[in-house]
Amino acid sequence: MDDLETQIVEWRSYVAKSPAVDGRDLDELDAHLRDQIAELNAAGLTDDEAFLVAVKRMGDLDSLSREFAREHHDRLWKQLVLSGENERASSMSGWLEAIVFALAAAITLQCARLAADFPEEEPTWLLRNISFFVLPFVAAYFARRRRLDLRGCLLTAAPFGLLALVVNLYPYGPDSTTEMIVALQLPVLLWFAVSYPYMGGTISSHERRMDFVRFTGEWVIYYALIALGGGVLLMLTAMIFKPIGTDMSERVIEWVLPAGAAGAVIVAAWLVESKQRVVENMAPVLTTIFTPLFALMLTVAAVAYAVSGLSGDFNRELLGVFDALLVVVLGLVLYAMSARETTGSPGPMDRVQLLAVASALVLDLMVLGTMLARIGDLGFTANRVAALGLNLVLLVNLAGAAWLSTRFLRGRITLHRLERWQTSYLPVFVVWAAIVVIVIPPLFSFD
Amino acid sequence: MYKGSSYGKANVNIHKDLVAASATTLVLAILAEGENYGYSILKRVKELSEGELEWTDGMLYPLLHRLLRLGYVTTEWRTPPEGRRRRYYSITEDGRAALADQQRQWVTVTRALGNVWQGPDPLPMTLGEA
Repeated sequence: MDDLETQIVEWRSYVAKSPAVDGRDLDELDAHLRDQIAELNAAGLTDDEAFLVAVKRMGDLDSLSREFAREHHDRLWKQLVLSGENERASSMSGWLEAIVFALAAAITLQCARLAADFPEEEPTWLLRNISFFVLPFVAAYFARRRRLDLRGCLLTAAPFGLLALVVNLYPYGPDSTTEMIVALQLPVLLWFAVSYPYMGGTISSHERRMDFVRFTGEWVIYYALIALGGGVLLMLTAMIFKPIGTDMSERVIEWVLPAGAAGAVIVAAWLVESKQRVVENMAPVLTTIFTPLFALMLTVAAVAYAVSGLSGDFNRELLGVFDALLVVVLGLVLYAMSARETTGSPGPMDRVQLLAVASALVLDLMVLGTMLARIGDLGFTANRVAALGLNLVLLVNLAGAAWLSTRFLRGRITLHRLERWQTSYLPVFVVWAAIVVIVIPPLFSFD
Repeated sequence: MYKGSSYGKANVNIHKDLVAASATTLVLAILAEGENYGYSILKRVKELSEGELEWTDGMLYPLLHRLLRLGYVTTEWRTPPEGRRRRYYSITEDGRAALADQQRQWVTVTRALGNVWQGPDPLPMTLGEA
């Protein structure tokens, strides 16, 4: 019997090597194997024979882990780095690739900066086009990594080409507000354009869309980390070069900062791709810390607003603040979703999250109500239309998410439906960003 | 991945695509009889098909996990009075609805095939005896 036990333990550790099979699956397969062995024993086979037959019936490990991987896509994502030696070789060559693209982005941005004679001059075309100097390289990097065919590459390039024409052919007036709005929205729209090569061209797949959402979240974490490190480096550099002359330290920063900021976009993307495992431990921790804090802050704010009312000192630009708030809450919801097991049952954290979302919705509705009541004397400006539209788009998303997570908490639906809602909603964000960049400037006569 | 068995007198080799296509319906139908765990579900499959339909055992679990994700089944780890700790699956209302839908599809398909092979001694049987 001891012998059989050793054999089963060995088999278990062998199956456990597949990244798609987790501990609880192993328990389940283990119980199955023991049931099978017991029955074969009863039919007269020895332990050894029974073990061999049972393992054979279970199926060979390759096809078994392939089947598990097909179902548990998210687990593979979390353990990309662990899959052995071959993977390590390819991630090293990925390193070189990433550096080349990062350098290309940095050099392009520097050329643009020199052409614009920044910071002596501050032409608006530089600000408006800034994402065109960086994000196409991210798209190209993924097109290469995913080995897209010619058609895929053309479809990747198409949105960049079209938007470059639109953004640069529009005749913006001097000190134009719409131009500033375009400068702010364009990076978002181009980021969505990166999703096409990222998903390897399969944009209709909900699983791949969820992967892109995950990628975006983790990219933000990595970029923030690199920016922090870069900030410390630049601060020290400035102080060290100061004795040589203030002019000298300014020159250094002028050259290093834009190049570093552009290159870091691609380096962060590469890090997310190849060092997945590191962040995988960070995203759930960040969500666990910040979801309750946001829930608390939002609930207190909602109560305070309800008691004191908004009328006192209503700021016209308050809507922008609430847009930012809703974006952050949506970010928390998406982080939490991407970090948890899809088959899990609701826990206390889901309730806290629902509280945060509900409070944010109540607050936002109060602000929107006041805003709409005063739209008469405030009037429509490009800024307000952009802020209001974004607010509505986010409001509908979060209201849907809140409704679905209430049903999830009651055990009516699975998490799968919540994920579907978010992934199906992504095109709405794309359409709105496109409207802001393409339709709003002519609507307000490029003012 | 899936394989048709080649024992039994009729010696039918069921194509793997057909096995895969019928697997979901079959598992849901077995769970509609009452809650059950993996090993026992497989035994029931063999019993129902009189040994004609046999799957590679391990493949049942990814299938069950998919049904779980879709909300067609729920699951619970339990240790029965005599026996080992097992993961029991039971069908949900959504699962029953999906089963009813799949049942309609299969009935339509089998009826169409039955109509085309009219008669008391249909073609496949003759082939089976040969």
